[in-house]
Amino acid sequence: MPKITYITHDNQNYTIDVQNGLTVMEGAIQNDIPGIDADCGGGMACATCHVYVKEEWFDKLSKKEDGEEDMLDMAFEPKKNSRLSCQLVVSDEIDGLIVNIPSKQG
Amino acid sequence: MKKTDALIIGAGPTGLFTAHQLKLIGLDCEIVDNLDKIGGQCIELYPDKPIYDIPAITECTGEELTNNLINQLKPFDIKFHLNDRVNEVKKENNNWIVKTNNGKIFSTPNVIIAGGVGSFEPRKFGPKECEKFENKSLFYSVKDKKIFEGKIVSIFGGGDSALDWAVELSKNSKVNLIHRRDEFRGAESTVNKVKELAKSGKINFLTKYQLDKANGSNQLESIDIKHDNGEIKNLKTDYVLGFFGLIMHLGPIANWGLNIDKKKIEVDTEKFETNQKGIYAVGDICNYPGKLKLILSGFHEGALAARACFKLARPNEKYRFEFTTTSTNLLKRLGKKN
Repeated sequence: MPKITYITHDNQNYTIDVQNGLTVMEGAIQNDIPGIDADCGGGMACATCHVYVKEEWFDKLSKKEDGEEDMLDMAFEPKKNSRLSCQLVVSDEIDGLIVNIPSKQG
Repeated sequence: MKKTDALIIGAGPTGLFTAHQLKLIGLDCEIVDNLDKIGGQCIELYPDKPIYDIPAITECTGEELTNNLINQLKPFDIKFHLNDRVNEVKKENNNWIVKTNNGKIFSTPNVIIAGGVGSFEPRKFGPKECEKFENKSLFYSVKDKKIFEGKIVSIFGGGDSALDWAVELSKNSKVNLIHRRDEFRGAESTVNKVKELAKSGKINFLTKYQLDKANGSNQLESIDIKHDNGEIKNLKTDYVLGFFGLIMHLGPIANWGLNIDKKKIEVDTEKFETNQKGIYAVGDICNYPGKLKLILSGFHEGALAARACFKLARPNEKYRFEFTTTSTNLLKRLGKKN
């Protein structure tokens, strides 16, 4: 099973096995990772599952759909490497992915 | 003080259908919601997105669902208190005394929390010092546009609110419009208008910048904005407006003595009652073994909570289960029979 590493803003590391097909957001929620709220439950409607992804992973991740960048406008401290974790589908391709969680979601 | 059989907190789909169930079984109710409109998340988050799992409705948008629920309430007289947030819930004898931020006070044996993920509040700027300027020179909505006349106003955001206010305020103020990227999610026609105004010098248009610092001791004097490439620019400004949409916060609900775990209120599955007698939680905000965060679950939970309210509101009467197809009582309440 692919391993995803979540790093909180205060540098706590959580490396979790996440099943293929789930999203990075779902992996966080199912394992009680602090700092990812996902208020809307994965509908790309709330920007509270915001994470930062290291640039080397950008090509391997699914491309941003219309609307993700719009939602990121509302995220807390968005950066160039910001993504919504509900839009990142886990696969063997992204085994080892590291995401950084912002200090808050809003 | 307003007396009612049940007070519903939250005017989303679950709150609306719960009101329907209460009125149908002959109880009074009033609804309080922090938003300025009815519909909750359906209206605020996804008015145009289609929903496919409402029983017997093949497809409908959040807005259509809300309108249908409002229509279903037409036979009943229900008082809505919008733009009102419940701040305090306290027990007094056998009733709950509920106070809102606008000073309204309710007395009721039953409080039904249908609050979704909490109350919607504006998303705020990141830098900490922004707090001290809030509601003085830094705002997340416009209440009185006159205060900006002849002043420098820096507007942040890329949606319709930011764009519309940039256009409007540019008539009588010096406007900086600042957004984190080149694309805007607001209406194309407004984006074009803003770009024209920028060309003619009416709006100072800055993209790929975000707020880095707000400067000034008591009075806001200037702001620092930071470009994607790290460059920092200082802008003199009298006012700052931020339009980043709304976010849900549990808010005061956390202080009412309820068992809360991960922002969800624990309830039983018979009455959807919390650990406090006469306070119920239904819809997305409640949790119990097997809870599904679906609108249809909220309807079921509301229907059962409404029956539980009957016992406390009418302690000397016995609740009688009836069908709308056959009951003269129910049909009268629905306005179908004289």
